Parts: sequence; C-alpha cells; structure tokens
Amino acid sequence: MFVNDMLDRARKLIAAVDAEPTERSIGAAIAYAPVRLWHCVNAAAILMLSLSGYVIGTGTPAMSGEASGNFLFGYIRFAHLSAGYVLSIGFLLRIYWALVGNAYAMQIFWVPLWRKCFWREVYHEIRRYAFLTVEPGRRVGHNRLAQLAMFFMFTQTITFMVVTGFALYGQGAGTDSWQYTLFGWVFSIWPNSQDVHTWHHLGLWVIVTFALVHIYAAIRED
Amino acid sequence: MGGPTETFYSVIRRQGMTRRSFHKFCTLTAASLGLSPLAASSIANALETKPRVPVIWLHGLECTCCSESFIRSAHPLIKDALLSMISLDYDDTIMAAAGHQAEAILEETRAKYKGRYVLAVEGNPPLNEGGMFCIDGGKPFVEKLRCMAEEAMAIIAWGTCASWGCVHAAKPNPTGAASIDKVITNKPIIKVPGCPPIAEVMSGLVTFITTFGKLPELDRRGRPSMFYSERIHDKCYRRSHFDAGQFVEEWDDKYARKGYCLYKMGCKGPTTYNACSAIRWNGGVSFPIQSGHGCFGCSEDGFWDNGSFYDRLTTIKQFGIEENADQIGMAAAGVVGLTVAAHAAVTAVKRLTHKSDRAAPKGKLS
Repeated sequence: MFVNDMLDRARKLIAAVDAEPTERSIGAAIAYAPVRLWHCVNAAAILMLSLSGYVIGTGTPAMSGEASGNFLFGYIRFAHLSAGYVLSIGFLLRIYWALVGNAYAMQIFWVPLWRKCFWREVYHEIRRYAFLTVEPGRRVGHNRLAQLAMFFMFTQTITFMVVTGFALYGQGAGTDSWQYTLFGWVFSIWPNSQDVHTWHHLGLWVIVTFALVHIYAAIRED
Repeated sequence: MGGPTETFYSVIRRQGMTRRSFHKFCTLTAASLGLSPLAASSIANALETKPRVPVIWLHGLECTCCSESFIRSAHPLIKDALLSMISLDYDDTIMAAAGHQAEAILEETRAKYKGRYVLAVEGNPPLNEGGMFCIDGGKPFVEKLRCMAEEAMAIIAWGTCASWGCVHAAKPNPTGAASIDKVITNKPIIKVPGCPPIAEVMSGLVTFITTFGKLPELDRRGRPSMFYSERIHDKCYRRSHFDAGQFVEEWDDKYARKGYCLYKMGCKGPTTYNACSAIRWNGGVSFPIQSGHGCFGCSEDGFWDNGSFYDRLTTIKQFGIEENADQIGMAAAGVVGLTVAAHAAVTAVKRLTHKSDRAAPKGKLS
C-alpha cells in the first residue's frame, strides 16, 4: 500500500533530514496521520470547488418551470461556498500543523530557495524525471522538485483562492460583513471585481494543472 | 449671483413654487436617501435656514452625459429645485454668461467663498503634453482644476470619467486622461461613478450635502455608501432566475422573452456597484436589465478595457491573442495532460526494458 509504504520509508529515514531540531520529530506515524486526513478532506473540497466553480463561471443550461420551483444555481453556489469554508478551515489547521508537527509538515510552506544543496537536489530530481538517472533522491516527505511545485502551485494558489474567494463572498454578504472587512482590500488591487473573478477562475486551472501532475507523480512513485 | 444669506427656500418661493410643493420635494428626497419620514422636516428646515452652497461645475474631457442625466432628475420639482437649491455659480454648459465674464465668476467664487464651495467636476484632465489635450478658457483644464480645487470644501467627481477615467482613459490612453484623485490628493473627493450616474443619485447627493452640511459616508473606494454599497445583482428583479439556474442562452430565444437572468449573456450586474436596480432610470421607468440587455458595468473601474460586454470572462490580452481564462486554463491543462501521458508512456517503456534486463531485483520496488 502506498500509505504504509510511505510510513515505512518515513520511519527509516526520519533521522536523515537536514537541520531540523530532533525534539520536534514526534514519530512519523503520529505526525503523518493528520496530514493524511487533511489531504482527504482537502482533495474532496477541491474537487467540489473545481466542479461547482466551473459551472458557476459558465452557467447551467436553462431549467424549465417557474423560478420559484427551482433553486439549482443557488444549490451549486451553496456547495461552492460551503466547500470553500471547509477548504479554508482545513488550510488553517494545516498551517497550525505545520507549526507544531514534524519537519515534513512544514515542507509545503517553507522552501529554502537560498540553499545550494536544495538546488542540487532539485537538479537531481529533474534528471530523475528526465530518465537520466534512476537513483531516487530523498525518500521521506516530498522530494525537492515536488516541494517546489507544492509551494508555488499549491500553497500559493490555494492561499490566493481563499483570499479572492472570501473577497468575492464579501461582495454578496455586503460591505458591512466580516468577509468584506477582512478581504475587501483585494479590490484595492483589482478595483473592478470582474478582474478578481477572472483571476479566481485562472486559479482553478492552475489547481487543475497541479492536480494532474500531482496525481501522476504519486501513482508513478507507487 | 445670489448673496451669501439667500436660502434655497427663499429662491424657490421667489420663483413661484408653493410651500406645499416644497414639502413634497423634501419628503421625496428623504425617501430617496433612505432616511426616516421625520428627516423630511429636517431637510425642509435646513433648506429654509441654511445659505445655499455655492457650486462650481467644471467640465474636462467628457461627453456631458452627467449634465444630461442631472437635468432629467425624475420629479419635475426636483429638476426645478436643484437648479436653484445649490447656488450653481458656474457651469459653462448651461450658464448664461460667456467668455471673460464667465471666467471672472470662478475667481470671484474662489475668493468670496474660500473653503465653502463645492467643486463638481464632470470629466477628467488629460495629463500628457502638459495637459494640452483639453484647453478650457485658454489654458489646460488640469490647471483650472488644480486652481479651483485648492480652495474648495470638497470635490464631487461626477461620472466614471472623473472617478475612474472612463473610455478616453482606455488603453493605450494617448492623452493620459486620469481620474480626479490622481491630480487632487489633499481634498475629500466624492466619487459618483456611472456613465452617466443616475439623476436621483446626483440630486440626492447634492441634497445630502446641503441639508446636513457634511459629506456622506463613503465606502473604501470613495463612493457614497448610500447609493453604492450594493451591486446591481443584489437587488436585481431577475435574481430569482439566477438562483433557479434559468439563463438566457441567446438574444432572441424564448428564455430572453421570458425574462430570464442575463448572466450567460455577459451581464456585469454581479460585479457592478450602482443603484440602477433599486432606483432605476427616467423616473423609475426602467433600467438596462429590465429592458432586456445585460448591465455592462459602466460605474466600475476599468469596464472599458475588460473585453466584450457580452462575455462573462474578461479577455486576457497578455497572451498575445485574445483569450479568456477558460481557454488559457484548458490549453495549459491540456498541454500538461499530454506531457504527463507522454511521461507515463516513457516510464512504462523504461520499466519494461529495465525489467527484461534484470528482472528479479528491481521488480519489488513498485
């Protein structure tokens, strides 16, 4: 099994991580479980958000009957907004876990771009994916290339989506809502909220692209 | 020009308006501002006692649609009243004086009502070539604007031109047309965007300032909250069709005739802050969506550069050819998908050849 396999590898190689205080590594299995759980919830939320988000962007085929007898778009938007809340709360918990969990929990938030050995490992991974070498690099947590992708395509994009999502939500909730108070500054960057919609929509495709590579890489490793 | 002690009430009585009509006007205004019925009497009181606020109305690069809208303020009484209620000391479009006589009024107001007059600006100043693209009274408009803004109590930026820039600031903006707040930074600016703004919004705002002697509450972007705190979408009478998922698919289809939501036709109602769906136009007769055409967001910043009025997604020009987010996203996802497929194929081939080389030891890895 993929999970067991990963846990096994994690246990074996936990000591090999560079420059992390050892007292924070509280055992890979315990540290890993919340991340798995988050991963499940997060993946489900993203799936729901992507599908409903795409439909919200394009609109549904016309429903027959009276407007009073239908609430399709309302339900789709409800699904989108509630999945957005699930994702956001999950993401907050994930950040919390990155702070208290082990070193790997931190990986998707912390990329030591300034370290030479980091780039050496990235180079190694590129060679590996280009079939130029077969030796795997580090086997615990994400490899360096994956870490880069995680940080720039996932962590950044999700943060962006959460912020713009709540800003757009604040428009509907009204200018006196907490969403607008907290996230209304987005409209100082993009004064016309149509642009925020556009960027939010592009974010969807970044996530889709990321998911493709992510799932492929995971299956391939297995 | 009227003396400083002349009130709005004395002016309209002199013009033959009855006291009854005057109170009707106050009640209507209170209602349109969303105030309580009791506020009508305080409006009446203010208009009877407070000296009229001198207003200087300048025109920069614009089409005069704000003025056109303003003079059509719904109720005939409002139209008549507003032209006398504020002491419109200068408005080159509708004033009788011309030439040096007109320009002298500017100087006079500036000196006489220092810090007490309201500067209403319709249109905006072009900044390129030292402002030479808009000459007004023999000198660049931007200079006139700066000069009059110096001593003003507040500035009203009428319309999308003055508020955001509007069509003459569209890319590549050869004249360098810029919104008022790019030029005047040390005075309160009330932005009343719209192309044009709704007549009752304009007259309502002026009434508020004269009545209460202060500026209304403004939102984050400098617009009066009482008119710009909700989107067209929030109060649209077709909103129930939006929630139901009933959309017009083509301009002449049966759904269009049934009055379904225009979301798919690129209606910008969900991204536009204005009061059209609440106050409507021409005395509450209609507004674009009611007439069957989507909102195109004329009161929003940058609406002129956001691609077709009939698309939901903004055109993204940075990609060379005009594409929208969906096309770009699908292309990217497609390319990556193909790459992944190709990579998977190569992996499989590699693994097969590998296996046949040394089958036993490497096999258990997967």
